[in-house]
Amino acid sequence: MSTTASADIVHEPTFLNGDEFHIPRLELLRQDGTLHPQAAPPELERETALRIYRAMLFTRVLDERMLAAQRQGRLSFYMQSTGEEGTVVGSTAALDPGDMIMAQYREQGALAYRGFGLDEFMDQLFGNEHDHGKGRQMPIHYGSKTLNYLTISSPLATQIPQATGYAYGQKLAGDGHCTLTVFGEGAASEGDFHAALNMASVLQVPVIFLCRNNGYAISTPAHEQFHADGIAPRAFGYRMKVIRVDGNDILAVYQATQEARKLAVEHNQPVLIEAMTYRLAAHSSSDDPSGYRSRKEEEAWRDKDPVLRMKLWLEGQGWWSEDEEKQEQETRRREVLEAMKRAEKRPPPPLDSLVSDVYQELTPALAEQLEALKAHIRKYPEAYPKSAPALDTERGDARDA
Amino acid sequence: MPNMNMLQAINQALDTAMAADDKVICFGEDVGVFGGVFRATSHLQDKYGRDRCFNTPLVEQGIVGFANGLAAQGSVPVAEIQFADYIFPAFDQLVNETAKFRYRSGNLFDVGGLTIRTPYGGGISGGHYHSQSPEAYFAHTPGLRIVVPRNPHQAKGLLLAAIRTPDPVLFLEPKRLYRAAVGEVPDEDYELPLGEAEITREGTDITLLAWGAQMEVLEQAAELAEKEGISCEVIDLRSILPWDVETVAESVLKTGRLVISHEAPLTGGFAAEIAATIQHRCFLYLESPIARVTGLDTPFPLTLEKEYLPDHLKVLEAIKATIDY
Repeated sequence: MSTTASADIVHEPTFLNGDEFHIPRLELLRQDGTLHPQAAPPELERETALRIYRAMLFTRVLDERMLAAQRQGRLSFYMQSTGEEGTVVGSTAALDPGDMIMAQYREQGALAYRGFGLDEFMDQLFGNEHDHGKGRQMPIHYGSKTLNYLTISSPLATQIPQATGYAYGQKLAGDGHCTLTVFGEGAASEGDFHAALNMASVLQVPVIFLCRNNGYAISTPAHEQFHADGIAPRAFGYRMKVIRVDGNDILAVYQATQEARKLAVEHNQPVLIEAMTYRLAAHSSSDDPSGYRSRKEEEAWRDKDPVLRMKLWLEGQGWWSEDEEKQEQETRRREVLEAMKRAEKRPPPPLDSLVSDVYQELTPALAEQLEALKAHIRKYPEAYPKSAPALDTERGDARDA
Repeated sequence: MPNMNMLQAINQALDTAMAADDKVICFGEDVGVFGGVFRATSHLQDKYGRDRCFNTPLVEQGIVGFANGLAAQGSVPVAEIQFADYIFPAFDQLVNETAKFRYRSGNLFDVGGLTIRTPYGGGISGGHYHSQSPEAYFAHTPGLRIVVPRNPHQAKGLLLAAIRTPDPVLFLEPKRLYRAAVGEVPDEDYELPLGEAEITREGTDITLLAWGAQMEVLEQAAELAEKEGISCEVIDLRSILPWDVETVAESVLKTGRLVISHEAPLTGGFAAEIAATIQHRCFLYLESPIARVTGLDTPFPLTLEKEYLPDHLKVLEAIKATIDY
């Protein structure tokens, strides 16, 4: 039965709905970049702080440029993380580089912080022959084995129970690592979310569940997604530790994740973090928020910009200046444009990569299908400009073929 | 060589795999102390500890999601779904995640260590929800391997191969045979090939093809046909995906006739795929249309289970009709 003791027995019907709990929100930094008077900020060295800020700034520059590229028709699709950089980069910075990150799709800041190369971003976005994913997934589905960042998968919430399983393996391996999985408040409605939290709690695994509560699942506002006080109360149902933070407060996110990591790694306790933030951008390049939310609402959140807040804090510390800001922005913009031009020019992955990696070894049936396809393309080369020119040249990475 | 039933052979395969590699981890509903509702994981928790053999909460999508992550981490999970009828909450994890893990990451990540074991099939008075054969749903999903053993010897060798192959495997266990099928099983560690069919009886007039529990039915039908002077070649497909086209095609080129049998419903069943491929490969050699002897296009029944199932008599009639076409 495993429920609370008999002391709690009552003799008249008593219903509870969770309103008895009041979930506090951790805030350390005010919007003007100064600390709340009672706040005890985490130790954050200048070097780490600047690395965080540069990753946030880079993410914003990348997002602006790539959305523009999509609008110009150079890129098929894009997703910005504007407004949520603090949640993503702050949490990543609090991890060990050996910790696994299983993200949803709006977490490019995590990769930026860990050192994913600009060309690696671009090659994935353009699906060219250098893309780690061999041009098989839509733009923004990044992955990096060396940076411990699981390749993105479009179906929502599937990564959450996988994180529980991955962390279980880390626990058995005993190497002191944990897994951070990131998802939106909409994805938390999926069954996979509940399965993952329950299993993590029952099996006591070192996993951090980070919910980016950014107010919208495409057009559906949070109040039409759930009736409770956010996502945080769900942790109680699984007797899991939970903390709610101001997701636009880099110091709060960093500190909460640091503490969560200790619980996970040192005590094998899973933790849920609910980061309150706002998706300032559209859901994706295919979305137009003006159909479902007001300018006024967006402006109110623009005033709570996490990048601006961190910038003000850095300036207060004497670690950053307006000149450095300008120079950093210009440099990154130029670099992004140059990398984009390089990536656009690279050829697509070779045709053989169409059939490799389905199984570890190429199956006879797939080899046959590939040969039939090649014969067809040779017959109508003009119809298949991406593959026809390189069809019979040895090239690329068709390891399995 | 010791005699044992299929459950004992499966249990021995798991034991062998866990002893040989401490990355092998078994879990699922009731898999721990109890050893599974069919006892396939008996004594494994005692022997290898709770970390490596344990109960999970009752949540199939969680079990497979967890297993995917664990496999991606480098462990070798062997997850049990208590009945194949209950695998559907995990359909998304299997079809969109397991099957595409390697492909979508360009081989950066894979779940090749993963094996999902699940009992399938009828003949145990299980009604709709303890009898289904869902292989065709998964056969439409590149990236998965689907393997079905026909007897205890095959079960041990194929399961060991499934656990160790670098691809994820859906291992369908014919539960009707769990205790009914008894045979000699070597004590030692051995593997049988995946993706290869096996000719279990040589013949010249007609080819009979099936997998799992249906192999017994084909054998019975072949015996009866033999008495009427018809020489049957019997093939166990063993792997549904990827499947061994060559062995089947070669046999049909020789006999000119093919009967395929499975318990699952006719429409969209895996026999349809085989028939299409074989008629393409063997068109000018076929003496008669390829026949399918299958379940009806209904949900799996209870009281009239015997009527529903493709038994030896239905197969015999299909053999005669194909010969006399």
